[in-house]
Amino acid sequence: MEATNATPVKYDMDVVRWFTIMAVIYAVVGTFIGVYVASELAWPFLNFDIPEITFGRLRPLHTNAVIFAFGGCVLMATGYYIVQRTCATKLWSNSLAWFTFIGWNLIIVSAVIALPLGLSQGKEYAELPWWCDIMIAIVWVSYGFNYFMTVGIRKTSHIYVSNFFTGGMIVMITYLHVVNSLAIPVDWATSYSIYSGVQDAMIQWWWGHNAVGFYLTGGFLGIMYYFIPKQAQRPIFSYRLSVLHFWTLSFGYVWLGAHHLQYTALPDWTGSLGAAISLAMIIPSWGGAMNGMMTLSGAWDKLRTDYILRFLVTAMAFYAMSTFDGPVMAIKSVNSLSHYTDWTVGHVHAGALGWMAMISFGALYHMVKKLWNTEMYSEKLVNIHFWVALIGATTYVVAMWVSGIMQGLMWRDYDEFGTLSYTFVESVSAMHPYYVMRAVGGAIFNLGTWIMLYNVVMTVRQANAVRGVNAVAAKA
Amino acid sequence: MSDHDQIYSTKLQDKIERSTLLMFVLTAITVAIGGIVEIVPLFYLPNTAMCQNDPTCNGTTHKDLQGNAIPMDKIIWNPATSIHKTLDDWQPGDGVRPYKPLELAGRYVFIREGCFLCHSQMIRPFRDEKDRYGHYSIAEESMYDHTYQWGSKRTGPDIARVGGKYSDEWHRKHLKYPRDVVPESVMPNFFFLENAPVDAVKLTKTMKVMTQMPFNPVPKTIYTDAVIAGAAKEVEGKTEMDSVIAFLQSLGNHVKFEEGVNYRD
Repeated sequence: MEATNATPVKYDMDVVRWFTIMAVIYAVVGTFIGVYVASELAWPFLNFDIPEITFGRLRPLHTNAVIFAFGGCVLMATGYYIVQRTCATKLWSNSLAWFTFIGWNLIIVSAVIALPLGLSQGKEYAELPWWCDIMIAIVWVSYGFNYFMTVGIRKTSHIYVSNFFTGGMIVMITYLHVVNSLAIPVDWATSYSIYSGVQDAMIQWWWGHNAVGFYLTGGFLGIMYYFIPKQAQRPIFSYRLSVLHFWTLSFGYVWLGAHHLQYTALPDWTGSLGAAISLAMIIPSWGGAMNGMMTLSGAWDKLRTDYILRFLVTAMAFYAMSTFDGPVMAIKSVNSLSHYTDWTVGHVHAGALGWMAMISFGALYHMVKKLWNTEMYSEKLVNIHFWVALIGATTYVVAMWVSGIMQGLMWRDYDEFGTLSYTFVESVSAMHPYYVMRAVGGAIFNLGTWIMLYNVVMTVRQANAVRGVNAVAAKA
Repeated sequence: MSDHDQIYSTKLQDKIERSTLLMFVLTAITVAIGGIVEIVPLFYLPNTAMCQNDPTCNGTTHKDLQGNAIPMDKIIWNPATSIHKTLDDWQPGDGVRPYKPLELAGRYVFIREGCFLCHSQMIRPFRDEKDRYGHYSIAEESMYDHTYQWGSKRTGPDIARVGGKYSDEWHRKHLKYPRDVVPESVMPNFFFLENAPVDAVKLTKTMKVMTQMPFNPVPKTIYTDAVIAGAAKEVEGKTEMDSVIAFLQSLGNHVKFEEGVNYRD
């Protein structure tokens, strides 16, 4: 798809290198905090009576760290990388890209300080205080502006489909973030949403589900459509299908937020509409997953030797699984059981660990090799990371599926006298083994990120050492 | 370019693929539609508790068993028509009211500590939820909840109707060291709230902000200047623990629900 250029383009890759390194570091940090909060639910003494690390304050830090720190750095690294390579041009502005790097990391540092102090707006995945929201808006729009301008100055005739996915994500996240974050500040620490009740709930889940749908799916599909063909060294199975995938996903995903609010005080039509479109979304999602997987047809043997490809393809399997799990949970009768339970947590992590993190790891390894123009320090460790991540993610997801369904069934169970069979706290104590299992699964997954960090650091050191020797040789 | 004339997909898509502007504009329109269709009507339709400057709440009518409309001021407390004229006089069953100063201070602590991550405030219309938590929640009940707190997860039980279920003393013990009261609980200890005084300055500002909201503000006839001015005095000597307990005790008893009446359409 890329134009074959006679003169090689010199890309702005320094900023991509830094985003890549930070993404690897935040993967370690974000999942580590996740393991900790999971452990707090299994063993409450871990709250240690320190307000700053109680579950209620640390859980937002975990979600923000994995979504915005890890996910954000992956998206910006791959975004800047893909847009330059598919458009055969340098960035429109390298300085603006550096501004987004510094700005984004400043926001992350602010979050690390603000959230444990209890500065929360009380909206899931949008807890950060109002001044952080303003910083996010400025940095995000800068990223988007730079992105579209770079597409604008491309040397190729066509815009590759990955850029559609990333571009769509940039536009949608701007809408979501701005509309959902509108609030009136009380002081520097506290603010309250301008919406209330029903309207606030709908807007929050419009944000909440599309942060998943665009930020964690659309953006990562952009990654998928670039890195799977690149790593497999084969063209995408069907370009037409990828285009269809983009437009149907962009149109359809937006409607899904309402399925988080079925049987609540929201008018019934909204939740039903959300459920109907959720079911329909199986089609584009599976089309996309098949498209990614079929790209390997005729080259499946590569999976035996190419560990990076293993990450990318396993991610597609988890993508297919989560996009089946999700619509099923959106069916009203299933939702009546699954809502409010750990099943939701399991579903999210099937997506976050299995799909989003796996595709990120694959893309990050691929980029590290290209960006530092080297082989990995240890291919074996990549393989070990793959298996550790897979075992960790599966353990986590299975634990939450079982506990979620069990919770749902216990809550609605009646005995022969027509009274509730279980008190609430009986369901809490029944969850203990699964919370332990979840913490173990998460810890295994976290171990994998440490392996990756070590491997990447050694690779970069090795590459720099080689470059140093070459530089000296060149001088002499 | 070698691929200049090549069409990779369809003619229309090819046009879009060759124009950054077209790509941007069409994408921006495509992703906007769903949100507009689902969100905007909630500001105009009945049964969404959008009640500012409109005592009928966009024409909401709940009907009693005889088919007669239940006056909205039976659902939402209106000091002008109620026999109880001030926040202090308000009685459970008078209808949905804004929070009293101490409760509002407690709500701030509730959000700060992330309680909503484990405790929902939204009871669904199912038999088991009715038996466990009480009558299903209705839209009007959270109309003054700027930053709604319905929650999405029940690691702990729903608290939409926890008000009056337990004594203040039970709540104090439970919040301080939950496992002293409920051995299987996984809730953190919140004993530290006992030592923190309520921030009266923040509370006063918060009350003013609540009256300035563009959607469903607290009417100035309820948060009168006198009520706001008196708030600091009202919370004098109160701890954050007192405020959270007051908040919890205020939940869920505002509306007097009639058995069998459908409050959802």
